[in-house]
Amino acid sequence: MASKKARPGRTLIIFFVVLAIAYGLVALGGSWKPELGLDLQGGTRIQMIAKGHPSSDAMSEARDIIDQRVNGSGVTAAKVTTQGGNQIVVEIPGDSRQDLVDEVSQTAQLRFRLVACQDTCATSSSSATTGGGTASAPATGGSTGIAGQRAALGFDHKVPAAKKHKKAAKGGKAASAATPTATATATDAPTAAASPTTSGEPDQSGDISVDDALDFINNPPADQVAAFNAFTCPTDGANNVEDVPGKPLITCDDQGRKFLLSPAIIEGTQISDASSGIPQGGVQYEVNVSFHSSGRSAFADATGAISTTNQLMAIVLDGQVISALTASSRINGGATITGDFTQEDAQALANNLKFGALPVAFDKENGISSATVGPSLAGNQLSAGLWAGGVGLLLVMLYCLIYYRGLGLVVVGSLIIAGASTYAMVLLLSKSADFTLDLPGIAGLIVAVGITADSFIVYFERIRDEMREGKSMRVAVESGWLRARSTCLAADAVSILAALILYIFAAGDVRGFAFALGLSTIIDLVVFFYFTHPTIQRLSHYKFFNRGHRLSGLDAEALGVDRITVGGRA
Amino acid sequence: MSKFTRLGNELYTGKRSIDFVGRKWTWYAISGVIIVAAILGLSIRGLNMGMDFTGGSQYTVTVSGTVDQGVADKVRTAVGGAGVEAAADPTVTTSGQHNLIVRTKSMSTSENRTVVAAITKATGAAADDISQDHVGASWGKEVATKAIEGLIIFLIAVSIFIAAYTRQWKMSAAALVALAHDVLITVGVYALSGFEVTPATVTGFLTILGFSLYDTVVVFDKIKENTKNLRGSKRSFAQASNLAVNQTLVRSINTSTVALIPVAAILWVSAVQLGTSTLKDLALALFVGMAAGTYSSIFIATPLFVQLKSREPEVVDSEKRAQRARQVDPYAFVPAATDSEAPLSETGALENPEELRDDADEAPGGGVRRAPVAPQDRRPARPVREGGTAGRPQPSRQPRSKRGK
Repeated sequence: MASKKARPGRTLIIFFVVLAIAYGLVALGGSWKPELGLDLQGGTRIQMIAKGHPSSDAMSEARDIIDQRVNGSGVTAAKVTTQGGNQIVVEIPGDSRQDLVDEVSQTAQLRFRLVACQDTCATSSSSATTGGGTASAPATGGSTGIAGQRAALGFDHKVPAAKKHKKAAKGGKAASAATPTATATATDAPTAAASPTTSGEPDQSGDISVDDALDFINNPPADQVAAFNAFTCPTDGANNVEDVPGKPLITCDDQGRKFLLSPAIIEGTQISDASSGIPQGGVQYEVNVSFHSSGRSAFADATGAISTTNQLMAIVLDGQVISALTASSRINGGATITGDFTQEDAQALANNLKFGALPVAFDKENGISSATVGPSLAGNQLSAGLWAGGVGLLLVMLYCLIYYRGLGLVVVGSLIIAGASTYAMVLLLSKSADFTLDLPGIAGLIVAVGITADSFIVYFERIRDEMREGKSMRVAVESGWLRARSTCLAADAVSILAALILYIFAAGDVRGFAFALGLSTIIDLVVFFYFTHPTIQRLSHYKFFNRGHRLSGLDAEALGVDRITVGGRA
Repeated sequence: MSKFTRLGNELYTGKRSIDFVGRKWTWYAISGVIIVAAILGLSIRGLNMGMDFTGGSQYTVTVSGTVDQGVADKVRTAVGGAGVEAAADPTVTTSGQHNLIVRTKSMSTSENRTVVAAITKATGAAADDISQDHVGASWGKEVATKAIEGLIIFLIAVSIFIAAYTRQWKMSAAALVALAHDVLITVGVYALSGFEVTPATVTGFLTILGFSLYDTVVVFDKIKENTKNLRGSKRSFAQASNLAVNQTLVRSINTSTVALIPVAAILWVSAVQLGTSTLKDLALALFVGMAAGTYSSIFIATPLFVQLKSREPEVVDSEKRAQRARQVDPYAFVPAATDSEAPLSETGALENPEELRDDADEAPGGGVRRAPVAPQDRRPARPVREGGTAGRPQPSRQPRSKRGK
């Protein structure tokens, strides 16, 4: 075998260094106890009452979306239920998760609307005659209220297409907001050229057609303009406007700029996916959005129409403008929103786009309450589970020691190392991903012991088989390794496949399970490759093992043969 | 212990062998009976779905004093012991300082009264302090559909993986049948025992799924190895497969022991100490499923695979070859465990290593195998295989007449 010279000692040292680093990170995190799940520790219970009388379908859809939102990664083990027809109850493990109350209830209904006026609004008669020079202002920057907060909106295939106004841009130009402008009202010839692509039909969700919306923003009714001019943004940021999809909306963004918006053209439910990230070769965060078919056509029509006029399209969440975009060409596929995002901003926008489409609204004033809840399982269950697990482990170790004698020590050592690695990972994930350990999770970890131990058993049986064929221990350790390795890789590949697929496709508890399965399988492989094997290699140099001492587990009697081959003297 | 290890060696060499493949109909019959019982149990009793799947009732109790975990435990015992089946395993949590939340499955009005009475008695709260509500399922349709979707994709992917790894799609088929066998038995035990199906149970099922396939792959890997050079062997395909199972038998026993000990400990502790509990349900699913998983890899998957293969020309050939070898040399293959004192078996192992080396793989059991052989039978009995010369040109010796000038 023409392989590299084995250096078991070095592998072992590297392995322990990595493990020590993991524990160093845990020490930095500062908590030595994993977060426990709802059933063992209790948590926070958030109760939300929906406005009006939503249908049960809408409620269960809302439940699923909130479930996604609080438990998207599947490791938090939050529990979301509908209750009494118009309430949704969210239970989240952990001492006090009041911070999540906002996240769960805040983002509710997301819509796309076209912007008729921003900050100030000319009367309908004058708005129609705004010249092209004003319309191009957003592109030149600096002269409008949204200058300096540009974001470009492009195609899937990265054609930079437009400018976007982003909420909460750092260093937002408070001064520039005062600059009066009629940005969104240009109606010269190119608009007409772009408009024919719009279909006149209302889309599935009953929103108005893009044509009607364009009519509205180009010629806003006088009463709306008057109302808009009379409107002042509340100073405390609280926004109590009523967001009705079929009607125009006057509202603000969180920078205190006010908008007159057309009736909704696309509902949040039309968004199929949204994600954020840095594109390959890029330097800035961007948000990718894709739509379902009807949303896509409406979005294409709208961007086609506003692209030539530099008008704006607003993303409205719960009646508040979270983002306003312009487009410079028709966007037929998914959209990419670029701009000076921080990672948090991009992530928040993507989450809002993806999960913000709740079909029900909640009464924010007095419909949301939260309380701390206690554990749902009696305290004795945890102690009983741990006790049973401890006894079980002890028996396993005893069995291995009796059956494998000296080699049994390696099994025991490997199990302890695997346990230590798992515990470190659980602690790290508690900190970084809100991983919580509930009772089934603990049982799962105990069960994983058996599956982990199987790798060692396969390997040891292989070594014994090789020695039965007359090989010395040192040779058998290597040839047995090759065979045991392929067996274990194949079998563990099945587990990893299961973990991966279930994690991608399933939701809720099943995702949590898949996560735990994947974690324990990978730890099993790592320990097997970088601890068990080098340890055995190392041990095969000791006479205690390779001469077949009676207690080594590799003596003639243990193998069931009459005499074993001793290294070098076959 | 030494007897067990001695057995390990004998199983490895084939000196002692349990006929897993040959007695397939016995195993099929045993499994068949269990599965029929499982299906009967399932269709008659059905599964007892927990409130996470069905939804149920919720009682919010306002207590005059402050509530703590002790009160919650007391209420849990009281409601659980009220004799209402739907409320046998209630969830009781404290909520804030003065509230208790009790959740049960849906029930009739009279049962409802019983539960309310139990709560008032345990907490001292008046009936007016208890408000009642309907709760929906936390494991809604969405979660279930997605889980099933994921499962189907997983099964397809794993079939492709096994077929690609072993180069034999029939192994995938056999593994899936074994999997279905395990899951059916476990579901049946659930139906018969009447344990509540909770999200924890689902987790348990998925663990079984993984374990069953894992175990089958380990056994199949050995079969694949043993049947690789079938042409050069005196064993038939069935015999080689059977030897593979026997050789991994010790590993199977050890693995299942090691895997089942902790589960058994959890099952025992939770059943004895806790009464009804999540832990017990989970441990039961795991125990039954893992035991069935180990059983089916050996007794169902392997014979089924051999049976599926039995019509393939290569396998038929190997069968013929093995038969011929047996006729010519009755001691070449010693099938039964009863024959452990076969003549000359002692002479085998180490006294004559040179001789043994040629045949170590084919028939390591020792014994007389060079009986007089008729010329026409020499061909299959003396197979040619790739040598151990690592591709170096070897010196050859030809008759003088053939040698070049």
